[in-house]
Amino acid sequence: MEGKQTIMRRSALAAVAAIGSTSLLLAGCSKADDNKDTPKAAGANVATKSVVNASDKKGGTVTYEMSDVPDSFDPGNTYYAYMYNFSRLYARPLMTFEPAPGSKGNTLVPDLAASKGASSDGGKTWTYKLRSGLKYQDGTPITSKDVKYAVERSNFARDVLSLGPNYFQQYMKDGDKYKGPYKDKSAKGLSSIETPDATTIVFHLNRAFQEFDYLVATPETAPVPQSKDDGVDYVKHIVSSGSYQFQSYQDGKQAVLVPNKNWDPKTDPLRKQLASKIVVNLKVNPDTIDKDLQSGDATVDLGGTGVQASTQADLLNSADGKASTDNAYGGRLVYAAINTKLKPFDNVACRKAVEYAIDKVSVQTAMGGPIRGDIASTVLPPDITGYQKADAYATPGNKGDVAKAKDQLKACGQKTINTNITARSDRPGEVDAATAIINSLKKVGINATLKQYPAGKYFTDYAGVPKFTEKQNIGLMMMQWGADWPSGYGFLQQILNSKAISQSGNTALSQYTNKKVDGLLAQAIAEPDTAKRNALYAQIDKQAMDDAVLVPLTYFKVLLYRSPYATNVVSTAAFSGQYDYLNLGTTKK
Amino acid sequence: MTELSKTETGEGTTAKAPSAFLEVRDLKVHFPTDDGIVKSVDGLSFSVDKGKTLAIVGESGSGKSVTSLAVMGLHRLGARGKNVRMSGEIWLNGKELVGASPDEVRRLRGRDMAMIFQDPLSAMHPYYKVGDQIVEAYRVHHKVSKKEARTRAIEMLDRVGIPEPAKRVDGYPHEFSGGMRQRAMIAMALVNNPELLIADEPTTALDVTVQAQILDLIRDLQKEFGSAVIMITHDLGVVAEIADDVLVMYGGRCVERGAAAEVFEKPQHPYTWGLLGSMPRIDRETSERLIPVKGQPPSLINVPSGCAFHPRCPYADVPAENVSRTVRPELQLVGAGHWSACHLPAEDRERIWTEEIAPKL
Amino acid sequence: MISYILRRTFAAVILLLVVTAVTFAIFFLLPRLVGQSADQLAQQYIGKSPSKADIAAVKHNLGLDQPLYVQYWHFIKGIVVGTDYNLGPKTVHCDVPCFGYSFKDHVAVWSQLTSRIPITLSLAVGAAVLWLLSGVAVGVISALKPRSLFDRTFMGVALAGVSLPMFFTGNLAILLFTYTWPIFGRTYVPFTENPAQWANTLFPAWCSLALLYSAIYARLTRSGMLETMNEDFIRTARSKGLPERTVVVRHGLRAALTPIITVFGMDVGLLLGGAVITEYVFSLPGVGQYAVQGITDNDLPKILGVTLLAAIFVVIANLLVDVLYAAADPRVRLS
Repeated sequence: MEGKQTIMRRSALAAVAAIGSTSLLLAGCSKADDNKDTPKAAGANVATKSVVNASDKKGGTVTYEMSDVPDSFDPGNTYYAYMYNFSRLYARPLMTFEPAPGSKGNTLVPDLAASKGASSDGGKTWTYKLRSGLKYQDGTPITSKDVKYAVERSNFARDVLSLGPNYFQQYMKDGDKYKGPYKDKSAKGLSSIETPDATTIVFHLNRAFQEFDYLVATPETAPVPQSKDDGVDYVKHIVSSGSYQFQSYQDGKQAVLVPNKNWDPKTDPLRKQLASKIVVNLKVNPDTIDKDLQSGDATVDLGGTGVQASTQADLLNSADGKASTDNAYGGRLVYAAINTKLKPFDNVACRKAVEYAIDKVSVQTAMGGPIRGDIASTVLPPDITGYQKADAYATPGNKGDVAKAKDQLKACGQKTINTNITARSDRPGEVDAATAIINSLKKVGINATLKQYPAGKYFTDYAGVPKFTEKQNIGLMMMQWGADWPSGYGFLQQILNSKAISQSGNTALSQYTNKKVDGLLAQAIAEPDTAKRNALYAQIDKQAMDDAVLVPLTYFKVLLYRSPYATNVVSTAAFSGQYDYLNLGTTKK
Repeated sequence: MTELSKTETGEGTTAKAPSAFLEVRDLKVHFPTDDGIVKSVDGLSFSVDKGKTLAIVGESGSGKSVTSLAVMGLHRLGARGKNVRMSGEIWLNGKELVGASPDEVRRLRGRDMAMIFQDPLSAMHPYYKVGDQIVEAYRVHHKVSKKEARTRAIEMLDRVGIPEPAKRVDGYPHEFSGGMRQRAMIAMALVNNPELLIADEPTTALDVTVQAQILDLIRDLQKEFGSAVIMITHDLGVVAEIADDVLVMYGGRCVERGAAAEVFEKPQHPYTWGLLGSMPRIDRETSERLIPVKGQPPSLINVPSGCAFHPRCPYADVPAENVSRTVRPELQLVGAGHWSACHLPAEDRERIWTEEIAPKL
Repeated sequence: MISYILRRTFAAVILLLVVTAVTFAIFFLLPRLVGQSADQLAQQYIGKSPSKADIAAVKHNLGLDQPLYVQYWHFIKGIVVGTDYNLGPKTVHCDVPCFGYSFKDHVAVWSQLTSRIPITLSLAVGAAVLWLLSGVAVGVISALKPRSLFDRTFMGVALAGVSLPMFFTGNLAILLFTYTWPIFGRTYVPFTENPAQWANTLFPAWCSLALLYSAIYARLTRSGMLETMNEDFIRTARSKGLPERTVVVRHGLRAALTPIITVFGMDVGLLLGGAVITEYVFSLPGVGQYAVQGITDNDLPKILGVTLLAAIFVVIANLLVDVLYAAADPRVRLS
């Protein structure tokens, strides 16, 4: 739906939300299930604070449903947060996130690796030691070579496996020279990844990168045996290294997973292998998913994007319903990027006028109210490591300050500004938010006209093409951004770094060019101390806000329905507020 | 009304057991519509004996076809069946049909009485083979195997003069020529040896040469089976050729009735004169109408007062006191078995016929 | 007859070529005309921040670097003789008929389609049987008793059936019959696995879809029957003394049904190309869903594949209708 180069680790925001309105009609007919067998709901937002229904009970079928289809089940060819989350059941990366509630879920823990990465060379070399006794589903041992191969195939053969990110290609030494395992058939492969023995893997980077543990927490480091890899067809017979393996896989329809007998709990402190079967049903009508969740026929919505608007109303209007929901941050910022290269917005005062002018409450309402997002005032959302509370352009009740905005406009030497604002036409909420912004801006003398473009080409052809925005006098661009890994660097570097600006498929929409910020980012990623790093992120955030390069609108939130039958339920910040899928079980027979 | 019936029944009898094979008494067929009641047939009586042919003559809309459908009991069927109002009596072979149950009439239909229609192309089902349609007609009244019925169908096709009947039996109606189609239609009607055959304009849609053949066929078959025949036609030429008796209808009523020879010899009604005048000359092979009946057929909803024919009648003013426009003329005996409903005094009729009409014919 | 079918097939092939050419032009040529470069197109199918080399590689792999007519030729060639496709470590031969490989998930479109056709087929055929039977039955009864209570009631229902959108009837059916009273199953089961379950899970979808169509068929049948029952041959059939039922069914309905065959064939043919909304509402992973997927992903081979498949179904349906029509009406000659 969106260009792959847009939102990192996108949550599958279903474009079908508009259709949900039909269910409003039907909502009147549906009654709360009075079934006495239904377990009692744990309470609102409990899974964002603690583990709900902690259990070691085995058995039962955990059913996932999804309104769309994932980009791919292939761990080396996916870019969605929910697939990062789900793939861990059959593909163990070197590192992963601890199944824990809220921001605690951002904690990195070793998975395939025995411990966190050991860095040397000032953070340019990272060494991981694999756990011993690791086996694939067919009983063959997992070696560090397989991890190396997985990284090679997922990052260096983008003409074949094009859907995942390519951080390794960017950060590995000589990454730009290696042609990938399908073209470069030499046994050596990428020279900057070394496997001195079967359980050791050494990464040589082209720069200091202190958050490398986050990078190896992607499914791209989950081992793939070279002999079993046949490129795009690998998805049809993925060789499991996790607690479950594929029993059947029907492209775009259904996947069934069963326990992997060759998975040894002794090698895995994280997984519990509770369910005796995992079923994933794809392309299920979103209204049906909501109903199935409430009836207990489905355990969880794989996409994790929250319930439909009509279901939301039903749930929040009853105490019981509310008690079975979690309203979690989605690790995402909704904002309006200001084109710092376009006159008169190249003047910071003009940008500040916009910052003051916008009534964020009206935007929040347009986006679906507080349930769908808190009013934002920083670049980093609260569930991302490095967030620090701040509000550089506080206005009374967040409703905008016309006087201050006009002052800034004056300082900018403008009385009125005529400009354009872009939004994705197939996202009604975004279009409504843009309309709310237009109304706010009109009060201070900024006349913005709405330009709508399809989401699929938003970055490749329109908002993400600097030449286009300049030509079309586009001063403001609606945008949502989530991080590939939940740290300040993961979040900020693609939208504030001047080096990230590209001529097409650009996500640094503001085209923010500030040497200081670039320097701070480089400094942060080379900083081994986490606390110091986080302080730097807060500093970058503040600098960007002082420079008024974007208007934070809301911290995106989702409203999840928590099945009363589900066990070990936690909503984790590491995966956009989704429930952690690693140990999800069910009490249903 | 009772009086009317008495005079109209010709023989002047209301006895329940008629001597004739088919006897119709005071038949009325009315169709209520949004515009008013359409009195298609309004008090008609006649009878036909076995072996005899009655020709019912009149313009379109005079009620002749409605009469035949009424005898067949076909009005009461279909979507419009509920809307028809029928009264009077129809006696077929001692059975009264107007009051009989629809199913009873159905069982007589096709077996005791059969019908041939004007346009054999539209009258035969386009999707079924001719043979199958005959077989169907036969098997509905006879418990025989398909094979036997087929043999019978071929036999009938052969009988009506269709060459290579064993082959044509599998042909479709559209593969037949007009004349052949009508022959097949006749075969279908006669497959059950009906005692009454109603032929509704059987030759109108056919070529002139074929017309004669078909009429010959009907006459021959009648002789062979001894059935009673009602020939519905607007063509007096047909009547002259085939009919024993003639009944002239106008505006849903009988205006003249009698033996064919008598009616042709001494027609008593101005409308009959008109019909004779519009008949093609036998010695000249032309269909040019010499004295057409001027004007339009009457509305059956608002039938003209008095004599229904008066708006078109050149002699409407001959009878005294404007009686033509106020009093409906009843059938009166004007000769041996010859009835006519006209206000013209006998002597005027005699004079007009001999002096004005006959010479022009 | 055989020469007729041969000629029709030839015409159909030409028609399909035109359909593919037009579809190809819409999705491949138009973007270029409005200024989208092959690079931009290719970029839609790669992950984040692709290097120039990545774009070039993808462009080459998808064949986007070739002139359009060559791309079209490859597409047609793939259908007729198959084509080779680079899957990474190996190159596979995509067998005839090769509808191309998806740009997004790099799977042979034909294999994806064939796994979905049975679902759409099940949906379409089941619904078609239902709507034909119910529509014709209601239409016949209404025609025999025009303006009766039955006629007015069912023609009213028919009107409602046409007017109510699938989002309403479908969701209502799901709500009532799978949640409130869980009579019917929810997850599609292939016919070959369990025919009873298959019918059970599809039944609500059939009914909802049939309601939409049977309304039209009831009206069609009604007007057709009203017309036919006034035909001369019906009078003839009655004059033979046939029971009214025989008259209505064998003589009336038979003639009234023939034009309905035409509409029916077209409707079923169109449905086989994907009942998009029904498949969405009832979560049936059929051809329609596949089409939507292709459009949302801007996955051109999928779009092209579905379009061609739908066109094939319509063409086949048309051919069948013509043959059926000739079989039904002896006056029609196939020549």
